[in-house]
Amino acid sequence: MSFRKLSLGLAVATLVGGATLPAFAQDSVYVPLFTYRTGPFAGSGIPIADGMHDYLQMLNERDGGIGGVKLVLEECETGYDTKKGVECYEAVKGKNPVIVNPWSTGITLPLIPRASVDKIPILSMAYGLSASARGDIFPWVFNPPATYWDGLSMIVKYIGEKEGGLEKLKGKKIGFLHLDAAFGKEPVPLLQELAKQYGFEVALYPVAAQDMQNQSSQWLSVRRDRPDYMIMWGWGAMNGAAVKEAVRSGYPMDKFYSVWWPGEDDARAGGAGAKGFKMLNWHAVGTDYPALKDIQKHVVDKGLSKAPKDKVGELLYNRGVYNSLLIAEGIAQAQTVTGKKVVTGEDVRRGMENIKLDPARLKELGLEGFTDPMALTCTDHNSHSPAFMQEWDGSKWVKISEPIKPMTEQVRAQLDAAAKDYADKNPGWPKRSERCDNQS
Amino acid sequence: MLYREAGQFKTNYVADRAIFPLREDRIGLGLIVLVAYSLAFLGNDFLLQAVLIPFLVFSLAAIGLNILTGYTGLLSLGTGAFMGVGAYACYKLMTAFPEVNVIVWIFVSGFFSAGIGALFGLPSLRIKGFYLAVATLAAQFFLQWCFIRIPWLVNYNVSGALEAPLRTLFGIPIVGATATPQTRYLVVLTIVIVLTWLASNLVHGRIGRMWIAIRDMDLAAELMGIRPLQTKLLAFAVSSYYCGVAGALLVFLWYGGAEYDVFNINQSFFILFMVIIGGLGSLIGSFFGAALIFIMPIVLGIVLPAIFEPLGIPIAAETIEHLRFMIVGALIIFFLIVEPHGLARLWQIGKQKLLVWPFPY
Amino acid sequence: MDILYKIFIEPFVFMGEAPDLLIQTLWEGLVSGILYALIALGFVLIFKASGVFNFAQGIMVVFSALILVGLYEQGVPALLALLLTGGAMLILALTVERVVLRPLVNQPDIILFMATFGLTYFLIGFGELIFGGSPKEMITSELYLPQGTTEVEMLGGFVRFQHLDIAATVIASIMIGLLAVFFSKTRIGRALRAVADSHKAALSVGISLNQIWVIVWFAAGIVALVAGIMWGARAGVSFSLQIIALKALPVLILGGFTSIPGAIIGGLIIGIGEKLGEFYWGPLVGGGIETWLAYVIALLFLLYRPQGLFGEKIIERI
Repeated sequence: MSFRKLSLGLAVATLVGGATLPAFAQDSVYVPLFTYRTGPFAGSGIPIADGMHDYLQMLNERDGGIGGVKLVLEECETGYDTKKGVECYEAVKGKNPVIVNPWSTGITLPLIPRASVDKIPILSMAYGLSASARGDIFPWVFNPPATYWDGLSMIVKYIGEKEGGLEKLKGKKIGFLHLDAAFGKEPVPLLQELAKQYGFEVALYPVAAQDMQNQSSQWLSVRRDRPDYMIMWGWGAMNGAAVKEAVRSGYPMDKFYSVWWPGEDDARAGGAGAKGFKMLNWHAVGTDYPALKDIQKHVVDKGLSKAPKDKVGELLYNRGVYNSLLIAEGIAQAQTVTGKKVVTGEDVRRGMENIKLDPARLKELGLEGFTDPMALTCTDHNSHSPAFMQEWDGSKWVKISEPIKPMTEQVRAQLDAAAKDYADKNPGWPKRSERCDNQS
Repeated sequence: MLYREAGQFKTNYVADRAIFPLREDRIGLGLIVLVAYSLAFLGNDFLLQAVLIPFLVFSLAAIGLNILTGYTGLLSLGTGAFMGVGAYACYKLMTAFPEVNVIVWIFVSGFFSAGIGALFGLPSLRIKGFYLAVATLAAQFFLQWCFIRIPWLVNYNVSGALEAPLRTLFGIPIVGATATPQTRYLVVLTIVIVLTWLASNLVHGRIGRMWIAIRDMDLAAELMGIRPLQTKLLAFAVSSYYCGVAGALLVFLWYGGAEYDVFNINQSFFILFMVIIGGLGSLIGSFFGAALIFIMPIVLGIVLPAIFEPLGIPIAAETIEHLRFMIVGALIIFFLIVEPHGLARLWQIGKQKLLVWPFPY
Repeated sequence: MDILYKIFIEPFVFMGEAPDLLIQTLWEGLVSGILYALIALGFVLIFKASGVFNFAQGIMVVFSALILVGLYEQGVPALLALLLTGGAMLILALTVERVVLRPLVNQPDIILFMATFGLTYFLIGFGELIFGGSPKEMITSELYLPQGTTEVEMLGGFVRFQHLDIAATVIASIMIGLLAVFFSKTRIGRALRAVADSHKAALSVGISLNQIWVIVWFAAGIVALVAGIMWGARAGVSFSLQIIALKALPVLILGGFTSIPGAIIGGLIIGIGEKLGEFYWGPLVGGGIETWLAYVIALLFLLYRPQGLFGEKIIERI
């Protein structure tokens, strides 16, 4: 390469870098979407990215945005890599984003302290720092609709009900197969706490990120320990490989439970043997809802979506839709609260605290029955909503239980301890001074 | 073209041994430092926070690895883990003794990393070349496992992550969320300048010559009276010191909070790329390498849409990512073919050419 | 004392108490050992003939498996897809030789090593651009690979043998046997060994280095394809699979970079060693030691034999 070309390239880069900054027109709202369609976790990331994008795009196409204000959508590829995620954050920060959704616990952690400084709310939907459910300490971070602790307590509760009461768990053994990272280890203290309380035994099976697809030793240990139930806390390729290994090693699938992250592809990986695999979920699968029909009509059929037609309505796609539903509600509520059309990050933070998805509102949005009602307040940024259990019948997910309420008391104890711990270890953590419109 | 080197005579040994014997080099360097400092006030947040700070941090880590791989000829794939040791040590120290200034702890944390580095450097006496590289992988994976498994390292944080508490220097926050990119950048820049200056003294002095002798042929060096074990361990220790400080800077002055995953094997490879592309055995090459490997993808991310979109081809975020990977890969090969000795050599050639310009020789 | 008991006595007592589990563990170790060896074999082939430490071997495994599955999804019959994938690996070998190896001839090892990193990056981007990032299912039954399990009752328990694992072991053994014959009996094989001994001497007797490089890269590509099929059938085809290739590195240093039997035996030692270690001793420290145990085993061996178990003795002269 000649130096002339190189310098030309650099010149172009500076020009462009300078040109994109003053960006967007005044009558629009900028919503960046952090996605990962590349890298080892792309299998989970692609459907989520499609769902997030398509719902907001549908609002643009059908209603001309939210409250008459167009949404400017921009994807930023993180590859589930902290370095690139932080780079994305810096890149979008200058364009007045109203909210960011990092979609990775690793990216969420560095952003949490910055949120209050940069006045950009963070939506980490059921991942990230569980303690951030406390709105009085983390006013800028939202992690609805449930924390991992809620999820774990729901699974244990469900198992207990199957056994005929939580006290019947005494003497049983529960195996916990988890990704060996902060995400997978978070529920462990609560699990041990519950074990003490109800007298069951816990066996931990950590899976290192680089051995996600090579789990034969863990399943050998499972065979040795013969746990009565298995609970999985995995992500990306780990889920599919675990289902496969469980089938291979002959573990009874109907005793194999997972938190809310596996998708159809992961269960399908186990073939016919995966039947009976259960997981927690909080929203419906499929497209039998007016809003999803609208997505098909206004986005997918017009070729504006990247999702293959048959993937629309799959579990992780709808997870993305749910994420965007929260974003859209946050913006809509911000418009109501402030009376402004073009809202800012600060407004959306207030809007998020006013989210109230009751059955009437869900119906209005064309999502009646899509998910259980939930509401956020100034102090509760999570809502600790109940989730239900669903089972893989060999080709699709089937809802098999009513919504299960989390064990509020135990979760609350963990949460308060964690939030206090965070604030204690970060002296100078700002006291909440943000305005509150929805005192609970 | 711009200046002549002729006419500058040295009259004593001290002047002859100076790192920058040329007056023009000193002026040039002064200018660069001046520009670097003024960027703190001229650059916007994106430039400082997403480009310059990480660039400096990675340059420092690359200098560390260059001392080991470039100067002493020991290939290491454990850089990421050694950076991690520095970061975790710094976290423990700054939370255990909050009254001591964090800058002190950043420098001290490097020593922990140096100790661990020397420990894992022990096999280097017997094991050489790629065998040693794979042996350092043992350090990478073992230390990474320790970061996850020892909750004491993160003060039993529930999130299992390193968090950056507020720390100040002269009353101005430099670590923590309220620290502005300007102050962070100034701190990082100063630390990197100090350590680079130290490194250039080291590699130009007796120790550096020992390292180079070991690299060129360790048997011959031993016959000349250089002790291979001590020299190699010293290289491991110094290299890990630099990596450790870089790791602490990475977490506390750039990310402001991180998981163990930041120090994974990809980080090690990333630094190795910088060292090799920049030029083995060259300090300035470490900066060039970091610039190419770290900044080029960012530039591509801006340039690619700018090229395609006017042509009416919408380009998706992930396609940019794919193209980035392909272009970075192709450019690595391209640069290796054009100049296997790295960008530092290209720089040297360019300087030579300019010196005699407009004549070819 | 308690800790010593737990380290030195208890695991062995447990082995004796549940011999079926011991056999199962050994079998799992054997299978993963063979699969590691398969990846390591690709490294050895290339290192032997060209002195290149080919980091791209891992991505070649993923890439070949992706081409195979991608072609099948486009409606190409499975066996034809297999052939076409072989062809694609040949094209890759030709391109690599022309674009990467030839211009970099006679460069230091580390430069060539770095170039294969560049190749890795390129193939990751290229592969994702064409096939997308979502994981795919390996076409196991279409390739007539057996599925299912046999349970054998023995020693007061039972041991499960996956048919796929048995097939993997058999295919890998055949593959290794063929390579051994190829190396020792054919003309090209002899040329390969000559090149491995000395590039200059080989050149002087009229062996074309370029041709040899294409052949070894192609052979490594085929080995990668087989490894890709086996790993893909076990764990799904996705880009995270390339991380497994890192597991081949301790196998390599244990067996020596230049020895094919070394790769096999190294693979078995690592595979069985890490499974036994994780299963019997892992629980003492909370498990998950598999990630580094292989490297430590290899490191310990290296301290006694710095050139690996079967590597050529390093003779240093001044």
